[in-house]
Amino acid sequence: MDTATQTAPATNPMVRHAAIGTEGLPEKVTIRNLEFFYGESRALKGITLSLYANKTTAFIGPSGCGKSTLLRILNRMYDLYPGQRATGDVMFDGDNLLAPGVDINLLRARIGMVFQKPTPFPMSIYENVAFGIRLYEKLPRAEMDARVEQSLRRAALWDEVKDKLGASGLSLSGGQQQRLCIARTVAVKPEVILFDEPCSALDPISTAKIEELIDEMKKDYTIVIVTHNMQQAARVSDFTAFMYLGELIEFDATANLFTTPKDKRTQAYITGRFG
Amino acid sequence: MASFASNPLYARRRRADVVAKTLAYAATAFGLGWLVLILGILLYNGIGGLSLDVFTHDTPPPGSDGGLQNAIVGSLMMTILAVVIGTPIGILAGTYMAEYGRHGRLSQIVRFINDILLSAPSIVVGLFVYQIMVAPMGHFSGYAGAVSLAVLVIPVVVRTTEDMLNLVPDTMREAAASIGLPRAHLIVRIAYRAASAGIVTGVLLAIARVSGETAPLLFTALNNQFFSVNMNAPMPSLPVVIFQFALSPYEEWQRLAWTGALLITVTVLVLSILARSLTARK
Repeated sequence: MDTATQTAPATNPMVRHAAIGTEGLPEKVTIRNLEFFYGESRALKGITLSLYANKTTAFIGPSGCGKSTLLRILNRMYDLYPGQRATGDVMFDGDNLLAPGVDINLLRARIGMVFQKPTPFPMSIYENVAFGIRLYEKLPRAEMDARVEQSLRRAALWDEVKDKLGASGLSLSGGQQQRLCIARTVAVKPEVILFDEPCSALDPISTAKIEELIDEMKKDYTIVIVTHNMQQAARVSDFTAFMYLGELIEFDATANLFTTPKDKRTQAYITGRFG
Repeated sequence: MASFASNPLYARRRRADVVAKTLAYAATAFGLGWLVLILGILLYNGIGGLSLDVFTHDTPPPGSDGGLQNAIVGSLMMTILAVVIGTPIGILAGTYMAEYGRHGRLSQIVRFINDILLSAPSIVVGLFVYQIMVAPMGHFSGYAGAVSLAVLVIPVVVRTTEDMLNLVPDTMREAAASIGLPRAHLIVRIAYRAASAGIVTGVLLAIARVSGETAPLLFTALNNQFFSVNMNAPMPSLPVVIFQFALSPYEEWQRLAWTGALLITVTVLVLSILARSLTARK
């Protein structure tokens, strides 16, 4: 944690975005009193947090602090597993997405997700992207081609794959696979995109590409990223939430949180004293 | 190196290594030896009788020449029907256990029973089908033969389907769910696709398993010395013909039995190689 130890406000070279206040920012997702249980054990304790529209919010914290758990509640991924449940409110554009009767598949189309390990489907590059589109729209061939191209361009992958769209998605390199997954996610036209440690399996160059991409994407999407790499959080996010042992310790503009943390635990974590 | 070699501890380890290696090689040679011997004798006795006549003539009466056409066709028909019956049931059950009820109580029970069925003596299956089909119908039939083979196909397919679906990483399922794919679509369009080679391999292995079964067919399809494609009547099959001919005192019959045994062995071999290359390709 080389640069993290410098605490000169605003001149911290790690932090790319200037500190911004939250007043007047539209809230895309509002989390209130969220608790989460794996069977009997409580993994999240009373989380209250807002995710602002067209901003990038990073969840950081040591392993097991609940940051991925929190992310996976936002698209109700936990529903796949019996014995996991959440209580509280997660308001998404005014509706509680934890409420029974929410159409989960439709919700997941609006809140997309990119995973830690690249997970291309066992099919061609083209099909990987077209697959999700076909779930919601019936497009003529030409329009579908255009949408696939647009999605791949969005993910900064088009130039590398335009001559081999029929090749298997699994034939790409790890970084390309991850961008293919991003293309697949944006193809469905989500409003929010969740990134679950998207670079932890990638080399530094691929990581830089993905980070650049995330930075660009917030024009169109609300972005949430879980990362255990603090520099990454500092580089890509506008807001950062520090979590510890299932609790939200501190939430602030990234520039503030990394330069003038209010809580001692945040201070200790960002200066590399634990985690 | 020299100083190591003179170290008594090291020398002891090396001796132990040599002994263990020798024993392992000997055990391998012993096991493989029998296999080579069996295949060699089979090839030696069977290959002489191999001719076009085997495929174009029916089983002969004692003392005259003929082929195995009716038995081959009977075996093919019953095996195909068995696969048609057994594969969907096996795949659906395997899918339930791997996808829907992975940790459920019902899955545990089904898995346990399936494992028993997997190693159940096939003669028991033959008697079972005799009781539920042959006895009520009043006659042996190709249908009963196919059902008894299907009962043997199911547990193999259930097992491989479940195992192969379990190999599909959960992250793949989550990725599919994350773009809003409903559960059933997720299974059919993503999980099956990812596991397809393995599932097909399971079906091929099931075919290999039943293609040599004699006992269940003895009680169900019985045999037929004539050519017949009527599955509602007794039907000949390669294993039963081999069984009958090999035990007979007639030399022509014995030669045909060797040839039939060679045919089955080659079929199983081809299926196994096919299954292997399918899984290796991934």
